[in-house]
Amino acid sequence: MNWLTGRFMLPPQGSAFADQVDTTFLGIYWLSVVLFWGITLTTLYFAWRYQYKAGRVTPHQTHNTTLEILWSVIPLLICVGLFFWGLNGYMKYAVAPGDAMEISVTGKQWLWEFTYPDGSKTINDMHVPVNKPVRLVMTSEDVLHDFFVPDMRVKMDVIPGRYTQVWFTPTVLGAHTFTCAEYCGKDHSGMKGIMTVEKQEDFDKFLATGGTEWETYRDSGDWAGWGKLQYERKGCNSCHSVDGTSSKGPTWKGLFGKTETLGTGTTLVVDDAYLQESMLQPNAKVVKGFEPIMPTFQGLLRNHEIKGLVAYIQSLK
Amino acid sequence: MSTTTTDLHAHGGHDSHGEHHNPFHQHHFATMEQQFDTAKIGMWTFLVTEVLMFGGLFVGFGLSQAKYPQEFVDAHHHLQRWAGSLNTVVLLFSSWTMVMAVHAAQTSQKARMKMFLWITLLCACVFMGVKYYEYSHKFEEGLLPGMFYHSQPTDTIPGSHGYATFFAFYFMMTGLHGIHILIGMGLILWLLKNADNFNSEWYTPVDLFGLYWHIVDMIWIYLFPLYYLIS
Amino acid sequence: MEPVLTSGQHVGDHPRPEKNYLNENTRVWDWMTTVDHKRIGLMYLVGSLFFFLIGGMLALMLRLVLMTPQHTMFGIAVDAEMYNRMFTLHGAIMVFLFIIPAIPGSLTNFVLPLMLGAKDVAFPKLNLASFYVYVAGAIMAVSSIVIGAVDTGWTFYTPYSSSSSQTAVASMTMAAFILGFSSILTGLNFIATVHKLRAPGMGWFDMPLFIWGMYSTAVIQILATPVLAITLVLLAIEKTFHIGIFDPKYGGDPVLFQHFFWFYSHPAVYIMILPGMAIISELIPTFSKKTIFGYRAIAYSSVSLALVSFIVWGHHMFVAGQSQLANVVFSALTFLVAIPSGVKVFNWLTTMYKGNIVLKTPMWFAIAFLILFAIGGLTGIFLGTLSTNIHLTDTYFVVAHFHYVMMGSTVTAFLGGLYYWWPKMTGRMFSEKGGKISCALWFIGFNATFIPQFIMGSQGMPRRYYNYLDQFQPFHAFSTVGSWILGLSLFTVAGVLLASLRKPADAPDDPWGGTTLEWKTSSPPITHNFHDQPVLEREPYDYRPAGMAGKGH
Repeated sequence: MNWLTGRFMLPPQGSAFADQVDTTFLGIYWLSVVLFWGITLTTLYFAWRYQYKAGRVTPHQTHNTTLEILWSVIPLLICVGLFFWGLNGYMKYAVAPGDAMEISVTGKQWLWEFTYPDGSKTINDMHVPVNKPVRLVMTSEDVLHDFFVPDMRVKMDVIPGRYTQVWFTPTVLGAHTFTCAEYCGKDHSGMKGIMTVEKQEDFDKFLATGGTEWETYRDSGDWAGWGKLQYERKGCNSCHSVDGTSSKGPTWKGLFGKTETLGTGTTLVVDDAYLQESMLQPNAKVVKGFEPIMPTFQGLLRNHEIKGLVAYIQSLK
Repeated sequence: MSTTTTDLHAHGGHDSHGEHHNPFHQHHFATMEQQFDTAKIGMWTFLVTEVLMFGGLFVGFGLSQAKYPQEFVDAHHHLQRWAGSLNTVVLLFSSWTMVMAVHAAQTSQKARMKMFLWITLLCACVFMGVKYYEYSHKFEEGLLPGMFYHSQPTDTIPGSHGYATFFAFYFMMTGLHGIHILIGMGLILWLLKNADNFNSEWYTPVDLFGLYWHIVDMIWIYLFPLYYLIS
Repeated sequence: MEPVLTSGQHVGDHPRPEKNYLNENTRVWDWMTTVDHKRIGLMYLVGSLFFFLIGGMLALMLRLVLMTPQHTMFGIAVDAEMYNRMFTLHGAIMVFLFIIPAIPGSLTNFVLPLMLGAKDVAFPKLNLASFYVYVAGAIMAVSSIVIGAVDTGWTFYTPYSSSSSQTAVASMTMAAFILGFSSILTGLNFIATVHKLRAPGMGWFDMPLFIWGMYSTAVIQILATPVLAITLVLLAIEKTFHIGIFDPKYGGDPVLFQHFFWFYSHPAVYIMILPGMAIISELIPTFSKKTIFGYRAIAYSSVSLALVSFIVWGHHMFVAGQSQLANVVFSALTFLVAIPSGVKVFNWLTTMYKGNIVLKTPMWFAIAFLILFAIGGLTGIFLGTLSTNIHLTDTYFVVAHFHYVMMGSTVTAFLGGLYYWWPKMTGRMFSEKGGKISCALWFIGFNATFIPQFIMGSQGMPRRYYNYLDQFQPFHAFSTVGSWILGLSLFTVAGVLLASLRKPADAPDDPWGGTTLEWKTSSPPITHNFHDQPVLEREPYDYRPAGMAGKGH
């Protein structure tokens, strides 16, 4: 049925706003389908019906004022209608309700950082409670970015030196992809993540502990698996590989227990304490051959997350 | 026209019809009058593009001024108002001498035309001289664009980007205008070199240059209050 | 039976003159210093087609890279940096070196004076100068590839372009600046030519509609391009001196750059599409053997599109951080574009009604244009409407939309025009069969390439993406296969046209039964265009039998 209605053009709906946008989209879609086939079939019909025939004399029709006025005024009226239809949706997008929960979003090459009302932070991993309006206050640390959540049908540029806003009310539980939609350099296409829409109690738990999955991992005692999740969620994977290839940072494969030479020339054995220090004060002891470019994760990693990461690194032999 | 033959066209050059033949008549124009009108339309069109190009800078300046009103007022005190006024008077006068030169060309008064062209050139030199004086003063005091700006004791908002921006626009706009004056000086010399060719029948270059010179003058008339008389 | 094409008002050919503009003075130096608009037109044609080839190759390579998530091209891995440079180059070359100069520089340069019954453009030397400025700009653009390429996208958005990108942004922007001057000089020349060099008897409303379209284009060229020029200078100066105009690091405003840029670049879209519409306005009446319907409406719609183009630039910036009121105003103004565009399409269709339609290759392209332009125009409505724009902007939907307008419409019209005037330019008829095959391949390849991009875009695939979500892979693969058909069709066009050059001149003066003045001289024309100064006795597109015709609408 999707192929018949034009719905196939659109991603799943994740917000109340999405439904409104889709109605307008499908309205224009059908208008376009009718006009397109009207124009195309008329063209082809004329080309076939009035094909060249020797001796046919063509009438000398120069113009017809009534027709000209009709096909100027009717499209104009349609356009006025469409304008107001679009405006109606846009006004909803433009003004956030006063009781919306505020999350600050910072874009930087090439990751998204989210700060929740209680001060806790996540990277490329966003959590919002279902059926509650959320207002994002966004800014950039370097170049232009754009926060785009296709399922919510919202998008807004993220501009350095300025705050922009976008809001929506998520209505569908589960994972929704968000991406960067304004070209921002090399890893523009990697600047994306998952927005998890969850029940209020799960969201509260997430703020307190870093997620509902935590309980599952804690109960099963799978610290390395918990660490692997953090590796993907906190953006570690953008600089550290786990397969031995060298990237912007040292690979984690075989890292634990290895003797590393630092930029200062001294050597040390990689252990729990060094790994933890490297997450919280990353540029204190940088391994030789790497730039001191890692941002601090102080405040971004909870203790049980650090513990998981260390266990994960330990597991990568 | 229908009497012209293929052969004559194939050899290029000028139309063979008509008794009177002006050496500056280009072959693709039917008459000298058409040629003159065409050149004039071309020149006006070119001047429109000039105005739009400066227009972009004026808009940029206006937006920056709205952003840094206090800084712009502070910064404009560093400009010498007397120098700007002198240059305004000089350019206005040169516009008048240019009008006289065009009129002299139209009436085939060659000596008079040359004299007015020389005076116009002299005015342009004075303008550039004053400009040189003003620029060297700015360079000495470090009133330079962008990262080269040295903060001044008179800056009421120390560290603001507004000052560097003001001088960036100052140098870009007066500089671009100055380049136009320099090009104009070159063109006057060219007119003087070819002065003997101009007479009441063909004076297109003098006339077109006159238009150019007036536009350059007019842009200065807008630049002067913009920079020197901020309040 | 092959239809016999006569316009009814033009009977019999001139005997083919021995000397024409091609075989007279054939040394390389003669070509390099020529002021003949026909030769300059051919040189522009070669230049712009060369860059079309380069830009097209880049497009095929980009599609190959995107075909699979492995990002390989003939087994060579392409990284994100390389990909970013390739799409930037593709955009910059296609916009600045191909589409903007192609129709004005090549076809119009050749045809415009002929249509007006003039011996040349108003300023022949300036015309040559503008060609060399184009060459200089092209060399500068190519050199920027050598000294490090550019990875900012052809839009050069700040602050990425002014501070973050380490590539040759300055030299590429200077190239665009220089190319802008070439465009200005061409526009200026055409304006003066149209104003003063019309044949005796040719009033403004006796001009072919092609001239109206190109006149409107020239007006945009001279009004918008200077603003781009100064914007790019500001960008280059900001990059060198760290001045706060566009870069927030120094107190500037990145949104201001977008305003300046689109103030030029939106009208520039009409510098690209109006010439395409201008060509179609010639093809349809000529091959329908019927006078154009609504001459004045089409002429006025060209001028009004040119004017409206200056007040809609903000619709590129609905999510860029301009004020919400500005968004609303720009959306309302944007809908105005639909009216003159619709007027043109309806008039073209009505021209075909009760015509005597000869389906030669150029008419095939005209029909392809009508269909592709319908898609390009209608998808513009999705983007002009505020609420749907929020979702669709910066996605593949926009990519597909502007390719439908720029390529599906303008390039289709350009190819149609190239086939249409080819006999006049070279004196040779081309293979009709080959021409029609190339058109069919073009139409199929184009739709196969870009329809999947509409679907991807509205499903949420952002543009300028090196990596994409797996769900889009089938669409990318389909689009890539389509691009091969598209590439094949263009090589077919080249083959068909070049093959025609191998035989001696065989084209009659008026092979299609056209009524405009360029068909009244020999094919190819003599150096000074006409044997006798043509005098306009009848309005253009008058297909009434001789005796019933007259001037005046």
